[in-house]
Amino acid sequence: MGDLLLNKKVVRNTDTKLDPELSQHSQNSATPEQHDWRQQTWYILSQNPISMFSIVLFLIFILVGITGPFWVPFDPIASDTSIALQAPSFLHLFGTDHLGRDVFSRVVVATRLDLWIALSAVSISALVGTSLGCLAGYFGGWYDRIIGRIADTILAFPLFVLAMGIVAVLGNSLTNVIYATALINIPFFIRVARAEVTIQRNHQYVQAALLSGNTHLRTLVFHIFPNCLPALMVQMSLNMGWAILNAAGLSFIGLGVRPPVAEWGIMVAEGANYIISGEWWLVLFPGLILMLAVFCFNLLGDALRDLVDPQKRT
Amino acid sequence: MAKPFLQIKNLAVDFATRRGVVHAVDDININLNKGEVIAIVGESGSGKSVTAYSILNLLGNNGKIAKGSITFDGMNLENPSASLLKDIRGREIAMIFQNPMSTLNPIRKVGDQLSDMLRQHAQATNQTAPRKVIELLHKVEIQDTRRVTNAYPFELSGGMCQRVMIALALACNSRLLIADEPTTGLDVTTQKSIMDLIMGLVKHRNLAVILITHDLGMAYQYCDKFVVMEKGQVVEACDDHSLFTSPQHSYTKKLLAATPGISSKVEHLTPTVPVELSKPAVEIEKKELLKVEGLVKTYILKSQGGFKSQGNTFNAVDGVNFTIYQGECVGLVGESGCGKSTTSRLIARLEQPSEGRILFLGEDIGQVSDRDFIRSPRRKDIQMVFQDPTGSLNPRHSAFQLISEPILRLQKDFNKANLKDQVYQLAEKVGLPLELIYRLPHQLSGGQKARVGIARAIALNPKLLILDEPTSALDVSVQAIVLQLLEHLRREHNLSYLFVSHDLNVVRMLSQRILVMQSGKIVESGETAEVMSKPKHLFTKTLLAAIPQLAS
Amino acid sequence: MLAVPSLIGVIVVAFVLTRSLPGDPAVYFAGITADEESIAQIREQLGLDKSIFHQFIVYCKNLTQGNLGVSLNTGQSVASELSARFPASLELTLTGLALALMAAIPLGILAAVNPNTWIDHLCRIFVTAGASTPIFFSGLLLVFVFYYLLGWAPSPIGRLDFFYLSPPKVTGFYTIDAMINGDFETAAAAAKQLILPAITLAIFALAPIARMTRSAMLTAMGSEYVKAATANGIDRRKIIFVYALRNAMLPLLTIMGLVFSYLLGANVLVEKVFSWPGIGSFAVDALVASDFAAVQGFILVMAVMFVVLNLVIDILYTLVDPRVSIDG
Repeated sequence: MGDLLLNKKVVRNTDTKLDPELSQHSQNSATPEQHDWRQQTWYILSQNPISMFSIVLFLIFILVGITGPFWVPFDPIASDTSIALQAPSFLHLFGTDHLGRDVFSRVVVATRLDLWIALSAVSISALVGTSLGCLAGYFGGWYDRIIGRIADTILAFPLFVLAMGIVAVLGNSLTNVIYATALINIPFFIRVARAEVTIQRNHQYVQAALLSGNTHLRTLVFHIFPNCLPALMVQMSLNMGWAILNAAGLSFIGLGVRPPVAEWGIMVAEGANYIISGEWWLVLFPGLILMLAVFCFNLLGDALRDLVDPQKRT
Repeated sequence: MAKPFLQIKNLAVDFATRRGVVHAVDDININLNKGEVIAIVGESGSGKSVTAYSILNLLGNNGKIAKGSITFDGMNLENPSASLLKDIRGREIAMIFQNPMSTLNPIRKVGDQLSDMLRQHAQATNQTAPRKVIELLHKVEIQDTRRVTNAYPFELSGGMCQRVMIALALACNSRLLIADEPTTGLDVTTQKSIMDLIMGLVKHRNLAVILITHDLGMAYQYCDKFVVMEKGQVVEACDDHSLFTSPQHSYTKKLLAATPGISSKVEHLTPTVPVELSKPAVEIEKKELLKVEGLVKTYILKSQGGFKSQGNTFNAVDGVNFTIYQGECVGLVGESGCGKSTTSRLIARLEQPSEGRILFLGEDIGQVSDRDFIRSPRRKDIQMVFQDPTGSLNPRHSAFQLISEPILRLQKDFNKANLKDQVYQLAEKVGLPLELIYRLPHQLSGGQKARVGIARAIALNPKLLILDEPTSALDVSVQAIVLQLLEHLRREHNLSYLFVSHDLNVVRMLSQRILVMQSGKIVESGETAEVMSKPKHLFTKTLLAAIPQLAS
Repeated sequence: MLAVPSLIGVIVVAFVLTRSLPGDPAVYFAGITADEESIAQIREQLGLDKSIFHQFIVYCKNLTQGNLGVSLNTGQSVASELSARFPASLELTLTGLALALMAAIPLGILAAVNPNTWIDHLCRIFVTAGASTPIFFSGLLLVFVFYYLLGWAPSPIGRLDFFYLSPPKVTGFYTIDAMINGDFETAAAAAKQLILPAITLAIFALAPIARMTRSAMLTAMGSEYVKAATANGIDRRKIIFVYALRNAMLPLLTIMGLVFSYLLGANVLVEKVFSWPGIGSFAVDALVASDFAAVQGFILVMAVMFVVLNLVIDILYTLVDPRVSIDG
């Protein structure tokens, strides 16, 4: 054994000299991966103030969503027609609507509902779409053809119209809005997951995993899937934005959420009749916050993509 | 004394990256006169390409010349104005790149790309361009000019594309040619004809040439002056071929030793012979381990519409027979697309053979479907070392996890307490420093990644190891060490190898017997010495002729 | 012709979807005063008493003859309703798309040529903000600013102010028909009505187009062939527009189908905000009233559009990319 160790040293030394990276690595010996990771994240964020902004905004939305109902100044559904249609003032920051309800309180309270719709819809579509996409990408053949056709068929509809149709068929309720929103987002997850798995599948580490005795399913779940996660995270963030838009659009045309519940889309719809007569605050504030939320998720998707793969950012 | 034609003085180039400023090259000095051919030799990351690109200011948005000067025929190029660049690029200094298929615009006709070039530099008018294009193509020895001018790059072979690139580079009678690995990515048999073409043309016109290459053999054959680079610095410069007979710097010596010549032996690939290879190898008993009989793999070609059509099939492997004895290394050599990789995947049981038998110790393992083979007790007996050391390691697993994976999955009497010892022992066996064992692949160098791949493959003491181009993605100096390691492991543990490679010269050093493959068939086989000295098949002869000659 | 299976899928889904709409069309048709017997009669008349499979066969047979059934809402045949309203939607969508392309492609190129500069960031924020704005909100905002505050735009009610008569139908596009008719005053009025909703759509479509242009341009600009062309001294302008842009158009073309379908969906909301008499608003009304023939007709028109669009994109693709052959 001693003889063998000695021999090893000969080989190793030669390598060290020839190997420019080795000497670099041994210098920063303190948990290099953590160090690297944090340093790089910080560098990217500090280089890109927009990403930083989106992360802060995201945290604010989450915070408001959780705590909002506990600190709003007025009851979001209590109406008082004597103070209807008041312009923004110190008391009513965003003014009052046609029933005298405080627009600010309604906008704040609506945060939780809108985020909840988007989150549950995206979770469902991510789960279903990713599983289908992974299967299609890995096993190919008939799986791929059938799943591909399903995705194509869904995409052949104008998606918003399809969502409308589904809510109309299943019944006009909040749950069905979530299902409809989930369904129209599924093809995007199928596509991303399929594309990622197809790329990963061609890497030789997949063959290595099979040679090490992993079954195909195990290889897919434990070796390939974790490597697809970054791309899927990006997609989830972007789809959160779309899901919010879609749900708000549905309630704007009167599907899903119904009055007097506070929801951004429905608030814009209620205010729409007053814009031609100049009562702009009914539409502006909920619309603006809605836009800000979607904007935040879109930028967050960019920020994630930037962290994951700087080459791919679009 | 007159100033040289091209003078690079104290050049330093910096790149701004996410991890801060990287000094790509520093203090580079190169002089070149008219009619001289200089080689910049170095391995990946040595800065040889950066040096060449800085001459034409092709450093991208994040790179800049931090120090030094570049003078070309009296013009200063270290900080060129846009109008100077316009005059220089393509007209005075031309470039040829590697991967010719991707250096031509994929959706523009070759003829149009040539005439773009001619018209840009006022070498032709709209009227005269077509005629001039044909003249250019004749100069690069393309005969059917009509087809080539009207073709898109994807319709041409790699060698043909490179001829077109050469035509582009020579369109304007430029006075300096920079050739950046002009034959990398081409098949060996094409490489020689392309290099001969370039050199014939430049000698004829008395051009100054910078040849950037990792291949010392090529430098020796075609160049007059040599610069050896390592880690962004020139370690040795030499104005004649004495570089090859009496190298001064230790890195040059290492590089020379590691470059396999027609007669070099694996133990001599490092300046000093490693102790474990100092003893002569033992004779191999002729005990049969693997016998392949009539192996065929048929793929159904998809027709354009995406539907499977009858009769449209392609035999990637077409009736292959061979035997591997215990403790023996058999080399399988062929060019890209000849079916050698498919053969190796069939034997590794990653794919299902269409016909034929794979007898492993007398048992036909071809009968077991590739899905069930995972549960077969033979799974751990046949393992593989892959071509791409980066792609074959899961980027999220540490070296420890990677090496322990087969133990966790396949070892029956596996004991959790022993796992650590077992992995450490394996790391030691392949010479992977233990302090690196918890690193992720991207934190390891190419050579270290190759070691992890080998450790994983031998973790379960396999009987047969399939080496699928195990060194083709590595630099020569790392290749030398990996080859020595593989040879040592074979002798030490009586392993059997199927060594698959495009490079006859590399295979030769490790193998006792060699199989030469072409279009799915084995066209020649025999003892290594026999095949090397008396090749019978024409294809084998071509492969042999393509090996660069390094006098030593 | 890969779109054909999707088309069949759409026909089946449309049928199933509409048959599962709540409410009984026979009851609706017969009116409030009808008794059991007349409802049954109407049900038989409509073929609703047959099995669902039989209904599907009949439906497919009618389809091949161009018969889409009768709308419950309006009592008109669905085919004539749709053909009257379809040009309105198409005119709006195409104008919106054209505006979006005209703005987004230059923005994308601008960003790609100056990557990671403030120009790039500004373009990114601008188009992302566009894509983040709910289409009904941007529509209302435009109405507020340009109609209520500035008074530049006409009131947002339909395709043409009621002072004007709609031009004789040739293409169905009011602006073009009026010009064909030589009535430039009406053409201008129609264009004025069109501009705000079209801008609303365009804002929404900016992001996908601009982002795809940017990323495709970046890929092309970083490619080996652009590097080689630069080294060969080809003019930068020529490199950007001939070498890089034409290659970048390929991925852009592939997403155009999706963008168009995106806009068709967005149309529904825009038509509602601007009281535009297109098929989108028709579909919303039909859905609310469980008017299944109308909904089916609408979905089919959309699906056929989708197929035609993909065909056009495929043809364009083969024109730009020699590597794809037309019989492929």
